[in-house]
Amino acid sequence: MINFQYVRASTVAEAVNLKAANPAAKFIAGGTNLIDLMKEHVERPSQLIDISRLPLRRIEQTADGGVRIGAMVPNTDLAYHPLIEAHYPILSSAVMAGASQQLRNMASVGGNLMQRTRCAYFYDTATPCNKREPYSGCSAIGGQTRGHAILGASESCIATYPSDMSVALAALDARVLVTGPSGERTIPVSDFHRLPGDQPHLDNNLGPAEIITAVELPPRGFATHYSYLKIRDRLSYAFALVSVAAALEMDGDTVKEARLALGGVAHKPWRDIRAEAVLHGNVANEASFRTAADVVLREARPHTHNAFKVELARRAIVRTLTQAARGTPQSQSNKKIA
Amino acid sequence: MNAHVGTPASRVDGPAKVTGQAKYAGEFAAEGLAHGFVVEATITKGRIRRIDTVPALKVKGVLDVLTHERRPAMADDDQAWKDDVAPEQGSPFRPLYDDAVRFSGQPVALVLAEDWETARYAATLIDIEYQQEAFSTDLEKQRAHAFVVEKAEQPRGDAAKALASASVRHEGEYFVPTEHHNPMELFASTASWDGNGRLTVYDKTQGVQNVRNYLCGAFRKKHDELRVISPYVGGAFGSGLRPQYQVVLAVAGALALKRSVRVVLTRQQMYGLGHRPASIERISLGARADGTLDAVAHEAIAVTSQFEAFSRNDTGWADLLYKSPAAKSVHRLARLDVSTPSDMRAPGAATGVYALESAMDELAVALKLDPVELRLRCYSDRDQSSNLPYTSKRLRECYSQAADAFGWNRRNGEPRSMRDGSDLVGWGMASGVWEALQMPAAIRIVLSANGHAEISCAASDIGTGTYTIVAQVAADALGLPLENLSVRLGDSSLPQAPVEGGSWMAATTAHAVVHTAREIRGELLKLAKAVANSPLKNADVDDVLLVDGKITSQRDASQSVSIANAMRHGKVDRIEKEEIHHFADDKSHARNTHSAVFAEVKVDEQLGVIRVTRVVSAIAAGRILNTKTGHSQIMGGVVWGIGMALHEETVFDHRFGRIMNANIAEYHVPVNADIHDIKVIFVDEPDELVNPLGIKGLGEIGIVGVAAAIANAVYHATGKRVRDLPITLDKVMAR
Repeated sequence: MINFQYVRASTVAEAVNLKAANPAAKFIAGGTNLIDLMKEHVERPSQLIDISRLPLRRIEQTADGGVRIGAMVPNTDLAYHPLIEAHYPILSSAVMAGASQQLRNMASVGGNLMQRTRCAYFYDTATPCNKREPYSGCSAIGGQTRGHAILGASESCIATYPSDMSVALAALDARVLVTGPSGERTIPVSDFHRLPGDQPHLDNNLGPAEIITAVELPPRGFATHYSYLKIRDRLSYAFALVSVAAALEMDGDTVKEARLALGGVAHKPWRDIRAEAVLHGNVANEASFRTAADVVLREARPHTHNAFKVELARRAIVRTLTQAARGTPQSQSNKKIA
Repeated sequence: MNAHVGTPASRVDGPAKVTGQAKYAGEFAAEGLAHGFVVEATITKGRIRRIDTVPALKVKGVLDVLTHERRPAMADDDQAWKDDVAPEQGSPFRPLYDDAVRFSGQPVALVLAEDWETARYAATLIDIEYQQEAFSTDLEKQRAHAFVVEKAEQPRGDAAKALASASVRHEGEYFVPTEHHNPMELFASTASWDGNGRLTVYDKTQGVQNVRNYLCGAFRKKHDELRVISPYVGGAFGSGLRPQYQVVLAVAGALALKRSVRVVLTRQQMYGLGHRPASIERISLGARADGTLDAVAHEAIAVTSQFEAFSRNDTGWADLLYKSPAAKSVHRLARLDVSTPSDMRAPGAATGVYALESAMDELAVALKLDPVELRLRCYSDRDQSSNLPYTSKRLRECYSQAADAFGWNRRNGEPRSMRDGSDLVGWGMASGVWEALQMPAAIRIVLSANGHAEISCAASDIGTGTYTIVAQVAADALGLPLENLSVRLGDSSLPQAPVEGGSWMAATTAHAVVHTAREIRGELLKLAKAVANSPLKNADVDDVLLVDGKITSQRDASQSVSIANAMRHGKVDRIEKEEIHHFADDKSHARNTHSAVFAEVKVDEQLGVIRVTRVVSAIAAGRILNTKTGHSQIMGGVVWGIGMALHEETVFDHRFGRIMNANIAEYHVPVNADIHDIKVIFVDEPDELVNPLGIKGLGEIGIVGVAAAIANAVYHATGKRVRDLPITLDKVMAR
């Protein structure tokens, strides 16, 4: 860990100004990921701008019937908020599937969006990594790839993005509200994170001095037919091998509207609207779910140790859609997969 | 007599631990304490060509940087560096000794600073240029070069011939990956500078006297110049048997600065310490159609380092469990460029019995026999290799009591035959075996006229409950209530004790307590005889007991003298005795603990997700001194066995020779969600032969067999035999 300066921002504008003045600064909220990375000497910010006290801790209904979630809302508060539990239970479920109670208590909504990959080579400064040191090479390719991407990866990077929350946000069509030197803008959550391409050091499309202020959920919450299923190597406190967020609007046995997003398989939450289109207007059954899964995975490209993820993802998609259609979402406390 | 032994007494050190009063190695204060941070090698093999410490030394608050070029004098002969637990063959690792890098993560510098954060920051400024050499960390690639380190075990009969002609044969190769102990407490040492080169070293260790002797050897010090203290240990599981490098660095730092130094390793750095070596276990079983064995062959290849030959018995456990006229076993080592492996809970048995008991399950399938029935047909009442009877072996009772509690008779033997919704249900079982070991140790007892006694010994309590059982045994031997006893452990200046390991500490300390208590009793009897009209005038020391504060005739409880009265009359306000206890060297019987483990798994057929929903473990381990701490010991072993079966694996990238999951987020051990119902049964096993108190020890037996029982249950559930641990979901997902 290197020595760094510490400043506290009391307004969003001050935070933006501080960040604009120092490109080597980092915002810190809960610090559950950044501090780890600093201890490992992966992140070496010259300054930490503490944004944890910014007045961005509210969850409130918006004029259009949606919900705005302040960027500093702790993950736990988000998961247990009555508005979220009642109208967006898939978001509660995804948050509860992630990390541990202690981490969820500290982690903020904005910070969760900013999580960096868990790729072991990214964390190990003794090995090359394009994400850590641009153009130094990717050690994961040809290395230990059990946890790595099967979709949307590149020759430069096969890392995955580890958030559970964001997978549900992608399924819900959430928008990320950001403020920067030239004012506010809104980024659809599906466009917030980037694919690695040849610039894997860029995780997302946030500008250098921009700050996340809120996440907005549209009115439609899929509270009746949803499920978030996370498959991992132990039953809690592990990153997803594959996770699936499925949200449906049903008309009898027919799917009126479908949302399908995956975690643990790509450099971003993997939403596939082509697969959703396959489901629209079709009967909810194993055959149609399989077809949708095939669409999601037709361009899957596994590496040495993660070929199993393709079939695992296929089956997890079918199972999660089945749970959603049935109206029996996966419990995050009982680990038996229904 | 046994008011306390055998009861579920709560830990006497429990309140100190839960209130934070119990201090651990990294928590002791010392005046003028400086802090050390370790810099590790980023290459796996080679030499340090140049090490630039200047930028680090320029940082405000940095006091010094120790390297192989700049450090206090250290012994230059291997013998000085050999601790009690060091392998016989080889040259023990000496931190900062020379320019050689022998494994990735090896310490190559120690930054000393006024505070830990400064040391950690300055450590990032150390610039090292290496000359790299070719290396290998891949057991599979080195297995052909494996060698036999110890005298080969004597074969019995002609196993090869018997196997060739056996009517039913099973051969299988099983793999256990490298595993790390991951105790909750980080390895840490606080070396307190007492002036004139004298040091008090607070260390995380399983043996304070072992560490003292080792440090005195390495730094050429006399025993009275260096004291090692370790009152509490936050888990060690074998990782603290040998002195670890941080204690050498803390002492080196203190000697260099002539002030107190603390070195605490990070979790990541602890992956550069000892570990359970990866092993390949090849088992061949030949049987008759009636389910009796003709031959057992066990060949193991385990990892060791390039510089030491660490070897534990993976083979030979079948001889303790099953009758077989022919047997052959070979244990080989393969050298890799890694740190020397170390003991980890049930070393050799956890791995070897996993393979053996998986193979026995496969044989039962081949024979179409119930797995319990196969074991009963092969049951042996004698150790097959020595042809000696056991002091006791209630393994049959383990099988029957565990099977009953589990409901084994409701098992449908056909794989994939039992279901629960989308889950396949599997029931599996395995046997476990460990040694009942015992060592010489000394105990000091100081009895005060106020009815209080202090019991002291250098032994460590690594969370196993030694404080509590010592207090229980002493309470019964001295006839005092538990609250009148204080127990002091973990200080090298206290009476001699072996390292805490091998499951020997319960038998070892209990007998030493009784032995010294007898001397106290003798002294009290002498005083009691001097009392006017003493009813004990003609009594011998073994005719009396100490009960409820009185010296009482065994034959007639009404004949007694109060201890207080005897001491007052004799004008004695304290009696102090220190005795060393040696066990009788009786080689007429085999000494072992045994277990039967039954496990239920539920496996999601499509997704391969495995849940271990029930485990029943029946243990035959002689007298159980404390049923509460004993139960916890076994439960802990079962939890670890679940981890061994399903989760634990140190993952190397052989291109770099580095561990890629050196943290407890990605080195998986079970979490609460992975643990369901665990039932522990202690089978009644009176044993007057193993030692006078009938104690066998519980530290290791709890883990032995658990991984096999789960692997066998996974086979029963899915029809898939996974022979390489851990059993992850991709290995069992239906095709």
